[in-house]
Amino acid sequence: MQTQVLIIGGGATGTGVARDLALRGVDSILVEKGDLNSGASGGNHGLLHSGGRYVSNDPEAARECKLEGDIIKKLMPQCVENTGGLFVAVEGDDSNFIADFPSFCVTCGVPCESITPEEARFLEPTLSAKIIAAYKVEDASIDPFRLTLLNMGQAVSMGSRLLRKTKVTGFDIRDKKIRNTRVMNVDTNEEFSIEAEQVVNCAGAWADQVCRLAGIGIQMQYSKGTLLVTNDRINYRIVNRLRRPSDADILVPGGTVSIIGTTSTPVEDPDAIYPTVEETDLIISEGSAMVPVLERSRFVRAYCGVRPLFGKSGGSDGRSVSRGFTLLDHSNENVENLTTITGGKLTTFRLMAEKTADNVCSKMSITAPCRTSIDPLPAADDSRWTEPGISPKKWMRSHQPDDIMICECEMVTKTVVDEIIDSLKSKNERPGLADIGHRSRLGKGACQGAFCGARALAYLYERGEFTWGEGLVEIGKFFQERWKGIHSILWGDQLIQAELMESIHCGLFDEELHTTLK
Amino acid sequence: MALPKSHNYDPAHVFDVMVIGSGIAGMAASLFAVDRKLSTVQAGSAGGTLFTSGLLDLISVYPIEEKKMWADPWEAIAALRNDESLHPYARISNDEIQSAFDEIISFLNSRGMKFRCERNRNLKIITSMGTVKYSYCVPESMWHGVEALEKRAPCCIVDFRGLKEFSARQIAATLHETWPDIRPFRVPFPGMEQRNEVHAAHLARALELSETRIALASEIKPAIGDARYVGFPAVLGIRRTPVIQAHLEKILGLPVFEIPMMPASVPGFRLKEIFDTELPLKGLLRLIDKRVDSVTRAENGNFLLNIGGEEQPQLIKARTVILASGRFMGKGLLSDRKGIYEPLFNLPLSQPSGRHAWHHEQFLNPAGHPINSAGVEVDDSFRPVDGTGRVIHENLYAAGSILAHQDWMRMKSGSGVAISTAYAAVNAIMRVIMDRSIRDTA
Ligand SMILES: Cc1cc2nc3c(=O)[nH]c(=O)nc-3n(C[C@H](O)[C@H](O)[C@H](O)COP(=O)(O)OP(=O)(O)OC[C@H]3O[C@@H](n4cnc5c(N)ncnc54)[C@H](O)[C@@H]3O)c2cc1C
Repeated sequence: MQTQVLIIGGGATGTGVARDLALRGVDSILVEKGDLNSGASGGNHGLLHSGGRYVSNDPEAARECKLEGDIIKKLMPQCVENTGGLFVAVEGDDSNFIADFPSFCVTCGVPCESITPEEARFLEPTLSAKIIAAYKVEDASIDPFRLTLLNMGQAVSMGSRLLRKTKVTGFDIRDKKIRNTRVMNVDTNEEFSIEAEQVVNCAGAWADQVCRLAGIGIQMQYSKGTLLVTNDRINYRIVNRLRRPSDADILVPGGTVSIIGTTSTPVEDPDAIYPTVEETDLIISEGSAMVPVLERSRFVRAYCGVRPLFGKSGGSDGRSVSRGFTLLDHSNENVENLTTITGGKLTTFRLMAEKTADNVCSKMSITAPCRTSIDPLPAADDSRWTEPGISPKKWMRSHQPDDIMICECEMVTKTVVDEIIDSLKSKNERPGLADIGHRSRLGKGACQGAFCGARALAYLYERGEFTWGEGLVEIGKFFQERWKGIHSILWGDQLIQAELMESIHCGLFDEELHTTLK
Repeated sequence: MALPKSHNYDPAHVFDVMVIGSGIAGMAASLFAVDRKLSTVQAGSAGGTLFTSGLLDLISVYPIEEKKMWADPWEAIAALRNDESLHPYARISNDEIQSAFDEIISFLNSRGMKFRCERNRNLKIITSMGTVKYSYCVPESMWHGVEALEKRAPCCIVDFRGLKEFSARQIAATLHETWPDIRPFRVPFPGMEQRNEVHAAHLARALELSETRIALASEIKPAIGDARYVGFPAVLGIRRTPVIQAHLEKILGLPVFEIPMMPASVPGFRLKEIFDTELPLKGLLRLIDKRVDSVTRAENGNFLLNIGGEEQPQLIKARTVILASGRFMGKGLLSDRKGIYEPLFNLPLSQPSGRHAWHHEQFLNPAGHPINSAGVEVDDSFRPVDGTGRVIHENLYAAGSILAHQDWMRMKSGSGVAISTAYAAVNAIMRVIMDRSIRDTA
């Protein structure tokens, strides 16, 4: 395979680079070892930062957030819910910090308006009665899945190619240049190579692993952040705790849910991370200082992501390392056509992509300017099934009389499953049960997949997609994906559902005896 | 809310036993109690039985982390007793377990739901997931499936368009290596050809009509070829399964069988129907869909059980209680972030030290999740005890899945634990009553 630019990593940054290059007329291939957004872009808070969070400790990041936030709201409104946000302090919070906040904001050009605690509680009735100060800011919530799918969608429509489940395993370097990039399909273990003029490493927390394949060492740390999703939306606006960034101090609403987080724990390895029970309990007890109802809320899911952090950390949790991004041109390290972009934020992904594309284009003597700061992001179709609520709406509107409901909690129909399967197959990919789970609400409702997982599996056999005993392995993987997200929040109603799921799939069907654990 | 008059319920009446819960353990306890002429009342919503597949398992996997499967359940129980003295099976003899099964089965047989069991071996049976599992006692309607599997006989498996959780193709594909000659065959269900979705319970009702069966058989016949058996999803009627099965066998000219499938299952409905209608005829006061809200204890030790809610308390008096209220699904146990609780008697529970130790990171971890072995600890009479072994109330008993030190989902012992512990609890109550009457007459 041949292309002008090979992009490694299918998160916000990589797909943003693919779109940016496509708009400049540059051909690219994007390889992603898992699925789109399987890294931090699928494991973040979904907060389109106004900059307020960084005014005290990282003014540059605050300014970037303000400018980029405005661009995204204007050009990618389909990915944004423009909720506005609040910063609130509760009894006991640092009064100097409270007093200084507005002046920090002014310095960074971040709009901020002081309101009374009563006004704040009028705007957000679930806020604690112990609120002592509040400011209004321009935070918004952003759907990272939509964002990535739409960015990639436009790039693909202009000729870029996307190879999911394709992992970079090595580089053939000769005369200071990567001549070939070796990749492997993680499903089939099939290896092949890609020839590109330029290689861009957008591997996020895995950027150092990729660099190492080229014999380059970059100093990186990892910080894991965990978040909890509530069953119901409990706030209208973003609610931030008015203090120096710490645990569980932001509550982000989006669609029909709210998300509380995050924690920040140093980890050695960006893979194999799970939300833990301890983190869950910490988040709830911290978060309920701002919004007491969290103590009693039903949570439907927990998830986590890894932040790549650069440079030496001053604090123990890595929060004091800049959240700004890092662009590394590896010409200096004797690999002329490799560029690494990592760090940063979802909020600044476009800017990161722009700077990266600028660098890569200049190396190829391409002068076409960046268009993503002026062209709106087109709306397309590929992401529509992942949004909570949209599948039911669409079904109500245009439900075919012969359509069948595969997932009754979230109303995922046979037609939806067909579309996902067809779209995967059109890209030469084998449609697995977990893939359908990633692209739809399948298994994300009350039954946690106990019923719809089995129905979807039966359907895959009916369609002839599965032809031997692989279904038992598939459903095991599908449940494990769901389990990761519920394992730390299994009490009350969730525990009842988990017991139901286990009683059917282990108690009756003996699935644990027929699948082998990895 | 008045109690059903047909039972001549007198609010002053003191029942010998109140059974709380209507899963298999509650139903079995009620049966054993009325069989022993105890005046018995039972409450609890009907959820539990609907979730049973119809298979009455005894035990087939032990130790679970080794995934060791046993053809002989008694050998498995011996191994289990050897290592785990706190498991409920360690408190009951094999004879008692067998008698408990015999009593339940003979009752169900006499009421039209026949079961087969071979006493010294587990039976191998296929499920709608395409897995092969062991069970101790299977409904007669599934028996030919056991035979067909044993012989790997050429077999046609029929499924119905719109029955979403059952795919004959899936079964055939999944079993291909063990049982190569399965031919999946999909038909529209007679009379429901226009529907996109059909439900097991509706199909079962429709099959009660002979016209439906004749129409169905004529759909299937062309596909049979040299098949020796015909398998169906478990939908062959609710009250008249033996007749339906015999009729289908006659017109198809072949033995037919049912395959256990996802809940809420039709065999579960059959059990519920029998218990709901037949036990009251034996004298049980069955308070369908009533839950016990709270319990107090009178000075003489009798329990006062409120089934009317806080607003309109309605009290039942009972000399003894069998707590068969199940685990989390049955709401016999509740949980919050800090721990698990037994809400009615506030019984002390054996449980892991904290939530971090409730579940493994892998859902299908063969070791089983520690939370599933948490529950009520009992003495040899199945009376709840505290951590030091002291009996909580001398007239309170516990049975079924609420008991600690057993993981029925992984050992495949749900019905077995339910039935045998209910039996043990009722017998313990009988012993006390006998002792007392001997003392009284002496
Ligand atoms: C807990 C948490 C909360 C956050 N909250 C916010 C927020 O509210 N607002 C905000 O603006 N930002 C937030 N962020 C930051 C934001 O999520 C990230 O900055 C952003 O998603 C990074 O995108 P990326 O594309 O650079 O990296 P990633 O999304 O991590 O993408 C890297 C991709 O590279 C792939 N890859 C790795 N190695 C290889 C290989 N060898 N071959 C092929 N592919 C490979 C990975 O599978 C992955 O998909 C948060 C981050 C975390 C962890």
